[in-house]
Amino acid sequence: MTNKTTNSRRDFLKMTAITGGGLVLGFNWFSAEANAPVVISNSAMAAGNIGFNSYLSIATDGTVTIMSPNPELGQNIITSFPMVVAEELEADWKKVKVLQANLDNKFDRQLTGGSGAVPHSWKLLRNAGATAKFMLIEAAAKVWSVPSSECTAANSFVTHSKTGKKLSYGELAEAASRIPVPSTVKLKDRKDFKLIGKSVRNVENRKIVTGQPLFGLDFYREGMVYAMIQRPEQFGMKLKSFDGSIAKSMPGIIDVVSFKNNVAVVGKSTWQVLKARKMLKIEYEKEFDLESTEDHDKLFLNLMDNGQATVRRKDGDVDTAFKNAAKVIKGEYQCPFISHSPMEPMNFFAHVRPDGVELVGPTQTPARARAEVSQLLKVPEDKITLQLTRLGGGFGRRLKNDFATEAAELSSIIKAPVKLIWSKEDDMTAGTYRPACRYRFEAALDASGNLTGYKLRGVGINSGNPTREHNFPSGAVDNLLIDSVEHKSPITTGAWRAPITNFLAFAEQAFIDEVAQAAGKDPVQFRLDLLAKAKKSPVGDIRYDISRMEGVIKMAAEKSGWGKKKDVSQGFSVYFSHASYVAQVADVIMRNGLPVVKKIYAVSDCGQVVSMNGASHQVMGGIVDGLGHAMYSKLSFRDGAADQNNYNTYRLIKMKEVPEIETHFVDNGIDPTGLGEPALPPTGGAVANAIFKATGKRLRNQPFIEEDVFKTVS
Amino acid sequence: MAIYKLQVNGKTLQADVEADTPLLWVLRDHLGLVGTKYGCGIAQCGSCTVHVNGSATRSCVYPVSAVGTSQVITIEGLSEKGDHPLQQAWDEIDVAQCGYCQAGQIMTAAALLKQNPKPSMDEIEVTMNGNICRCGAYHRIRDAVKLASSKI
Repeated sequence: MTNKTTNSRRDFLKMTAITGGGLVLGFNWFSAEANAPVVISNSAMAAGNIGFNSYLSIATDGTVTIMSPNPELGQNIITSFPMVVAEELEADWKKVKVLQANLDNKFDRQLTGGSGAVPHSWKLLRNAGATAKFMLIEAAAKVWSVPSSECTAANSFVTHSKTGKKLSYGELAEAASRIPVPSTVKLKDRKDFKLIGKSVRNVENRKIVTGQPLFGLDFYREGMVYAMIQRPEQFGMKLKSFDGSIAKSMPGIIDVVSFKNNVAVVGKSTWQVLKARKMLKIEYEKEFDLESTEDHDKLFLNLMDNGQATVRRKDGDVDTAFKNAAKVIKGEYQCPFISHSPMEPMNFFAHVRPDGVELVGPTQTPARARAEVSQLLKVPEDKITLQLTRLGGGFGRRLKNDFATEAAELSSIIKAPVKLIWSKEDDMTAGTYRPACRYRFEAALDASGNLTGYKLRGVGINSGNPTREHNFPSGAVDNLLIDSVEHKSPITTGAWRAPITNFLAFAEQAFIDEVAQAAGKDPVQFRLDLLAKAKKSPVGDIRYDISRMEGVIKMAAEKSGWGKKKDVSQGFSVYFSHASYVAQVADVIMRNGLPVVKKIYAVSDCGQVVSMNGASHQVMGGIVDGLGHAMYSKLSFRDGAADQNNYNTYRLIKMKEVPEIETHFVDNGIDPTGLGEPALPPTGGAVANAIFKATGKRLRNQPFIEEDVFKTVS
Repeated sequence: MAIYKLQVNGKTLQADVEADTPLLWVLRDHLGLVGTKYGCGIAQCGSCTVHVNGSATRSCVYPVSAVGTSQVITIEGLSEKGDHPLQQAWDEIDVAQCGYCQAGQIMTAAALLKQNPKPSMDEIEVTMNGNICRCGAYHRIRDAVKLASSKI
């Protein structure tokens, strides 16, 4: 870890005092070229044309305020970002206040996705805190006319060690604003961290437990109207005609309007709109094929054998390897579409006025929402504001902004401020979904049980590339071929927490287990042997860190008592996704002839943990999410329409179904590499492999609950 | 449309709504009490749970015409200062992730503790099993109910 960091001079702005006094330090959040703080004046802030986009401020009463730019959906970035700043600043955590920033042009990465927020901002946040601390110490040294080297900062005070004199950050803030911004600052050694790596509670807990209006659906504006949209219930259909006369005559209904394939009902309250929407008479006509799950099942088999495949990775000569193999193992795995189904249904507020557009609501990608509204309404982006609300879950669904553009289009038509609400049924039936995929794995073993050849073909529906061709075991096998086929469908799909790997990891880790079994090797040792081979004689491009993967495997085996337990059947899984490594062991027992997951051990290498309980929540939530969807969830289709449309037919995991979970983190001093997604992918594989050990039956299709082991009571 | 006088959080509030309007939407759209959440609208997820005469009730399917003179308590009125043992335990255990379902979780748990101040883990699980948490914070929800029960 580097302990020195350089500030770029050209970004600094020397300022005069701000209103109310104190220090305001602006910095380029996510700026690629310079993570450089600047001191900000009132005039510069008012002018709005300086090169900062967020700030850390210290008021004369000692309150430290930091803006949090990323949409908050439960990853708790609103707590972990300020922790990093406060650590370097040596601030009293009780005096730190966090504000959710609205969309600002100058943010480069104001989004929530890809498990990337902490890794992206880590150095910048530390630098900002360290810079402010430096200036506070300099200011104190000046007041006391002593060398700054004799002064130390802790708990929001600067102390002169020789005399014991003390000044608070509040008392020093004004003077600190007149200290030149340092060109380099020293960052703390991680052994001196007081906050980072500790458990710090969510800063919004109090608002959450007292029911404060935090979420998009809670937003209210005097004079706003409520709206819901009837969309085609079948993918592949388009709007032909509609009669909204009955709906429009109902109490509280203001208007019924249509745009694109939508018929929107606008009224004075949600319930009146919901009721009136049921009275719409709409005719649709076929635009594309109306696809069913039955069609997809046939299509998967056909494309698996006959599809025009795109080669994703090719090492060595697989044909020869398979021809010379002592043993060939094959396994196929299939997953259904699933819904993101966050608890807060999709919604957005829009007010399109002649002078600009105001947007308010929950989105993972606010900048993209603004760009899409700009393009749709032909309004320049600088005339559009977007206020972020807390998100009642995202899981990737709110990466897409269809609800925001719908709200804006509707507001422009009815010329009124409108809150658009999707019902849960709308959310589940109108897309977008995790794509349905099928995988075929083939492995060639030589007479000693060494993996000499490996083939993977992925077939996906609107999946993009359904493989992750550079992941393990690529690099450890001499002869390897990974290719894919994609079917384009009218059924809309999108990124779902840990895109592609949320199922691919299960398929791959279940197959590796099969291969290890065929080779007569312990599944953990089999993986370690492959990694040792990749280290010694790497094949082609290796994009995962072999040592980090070995690290989590060994620690998971140790923590779970791998191979030493008599009373449970254990399954192993390890996966690298985004930039982190997670190994998991599932303990399964049989109860009344059915497998029951008792416990899951997780060892994560996500680099430096910022908040220990925040990290543990991400891992536990990821495991519950991974287990729940692998076990229970599916969306099937008939003639383009989803068969499941709410929680009575679409099953989510509940409290009684969660196993005990034990989380561990590798403490290796690497800078943070992200944790919002990486704990989810390994879970299905660990569970399926443990169930195999307990029952002798391989699970190949999700949801597991429909597989034979859960149907037959022996 | 008719005027309904409702006893909510110890106050008499009124709303001019249709008889079939679910209590959820009266609270949210007409009385400005948005702590009670809309999740599924069909009494499957528990996000909309309030107390009607002390019983945990799914407000999304409970018509306003059925409320009558019943005492309705929402998350905003669970405690005067936001310091109900469950609210404190929720903070101490750091339960929430996205937080959207938590008002309903707390209200369900509060009705349980009123009836059974010292529930076993099994009793907690049976009661709380009807409330969905999409983030999967189930372990901490269970632990927080247990913690709160130890302080009542």
